[in-house]
Amino acid sequence: MSTRRSQQPIELILRRQLASYLSTPIFVVDTDASLIFFNEAAAPLLGGRFDEMEAMSRDEWLTVFAPRELDGRPVDPSGNPLLAALTERREQHRTLTIRDVSGDERTIEATAIPLEGQAGRLLGAVAIFWPAAGR
Amino acid sequence: MRVTFWGTRGSLAAAGPATVRYGGNTACVALEAQDAPLVILDAGSGIRALGGVVAGVPGRIDVLLTHLHMDHIQGLRFFAPLFQPGRDVHIWGPPSSTMDLRARLTRYLSPPLFPVGLGDMSSDVTLHDAPTDGPFRIGPLTVTASLVIHPGPTLGYRIDDGRATLAYLPDHEPALGMRGTLHDPRWLSGAELADGADLLIHDGQYLDVEYQHRVGWGHSTCEHAVALATAMRVRRLALFHHDPGRDDVTLDRMVAQAAAAAEGLEVMGAPEGLALDLG
Repeated sequence: MSTRRSQQPIELILRRQLASYLSTPIFVVDTDASLIFFNEAAAPLLGGRFDEMEAMSRDEWLTVFAPRELDGRPVDPSGNPLLAALTERREQHRTLTIRDVSGDERTIEATAIPLEGQAGRLLGAVAIFWPAAGR
Repeated sequence: MRVTFWGTRGSLAAAGPATVRYGGNTACVALEAQDAPLVILDAGSGIRALGGVVAGVPGRIDVLLTHLHMDHIQGLRFFAPLFQPGRDVHIWGPPSSTMDLRARLTRYLSPPLFPVGLGDMSSDVTLHDAPTDGPFRIGPLTVTASLVIHPGPTLGYRIDDGRATLAYLPDHEPALGMRGTLHDPRWLSGAELADGADLLIHDGQYLDVEYQHRVGWGHSTCEHAVALATAMRVRRLALFHHDPGRDDVTLDRMVAQAAAAAEGLEVMGAPEGLALDLG
């Protein structure tokens, strides 16, 4: 097969299609934790549209969004909801602060779950997030 | 590689004077290649007549099921080689996270739907959950099975004999939820299966006006099939899974319209009985 860039697993294609129709901000990563999609609802929180940014590696999006604890300390990768969902293969929930692409800080609630396909094959993870209540 | 259509209809068999040319039997395609077992794609009602022909030809048979909807398995119980003592028959189907293929097929091949169970068939039947984590071999053939968009676990297949490549996606809705055109192979269901195939057999069940009311039912318009084939640089597209309510004249018109809209791609409507040599 000579597909120039590999096709995503069908579960991720369907996940993206569903996310593109939802009004809840959604962020999707693959098994390498590379950002492969976020929907339009996430754009105001992240400061840009996915179409304008394209995919980012794990290190790139961690640098761009710079997730921090509420007291300002950087979030340890093991405590990042998306990364923890991938490594622990279970749901994760955190309140944290991120920096959008214009540099403004935002406090968000994030819930992440691993995406597992047939036979338990790990395909990536998805995070649903929204502005933290009262912030 | 020789590909023969034994059933091209979708959803329900549709025999009658209005469907004589395209045929009334549901999905079944035979693939013959040098030094390879006979490969049969799906076991719709078309497999009954095929079974009558191959019952007299010894050798292993591999049946590749895309999914377990009735129009793709209803012919199994009338497939003569399954009742031949010692006949080596391998049946492959989509994996499930809850039940193996035998358990799922047994729902159909058991009372009250059918009096004879799989265990009562005298052939030597082996059932396989088709691997979806990479290509597998059937004799000299390289087979790739991948999940595609259709309700319930559904596979498409890509088969390569070293000389030619067949892609088979009879029930497929790549346009589901898609915004814009079917153009980015990374996010296009069936892209890797179809990529550069010599022949793509693809769902072309609906007219545009019908699809608007059947989104999510798991099928494509002819235009969707052409878009996928064009994006993936397929050589020849055979529109398949004809709607049971479609007569030959209407199908001719749909195929002609699809062919006129295609650039750099040969488009045909798959008729029952046609054999194609792919090289």
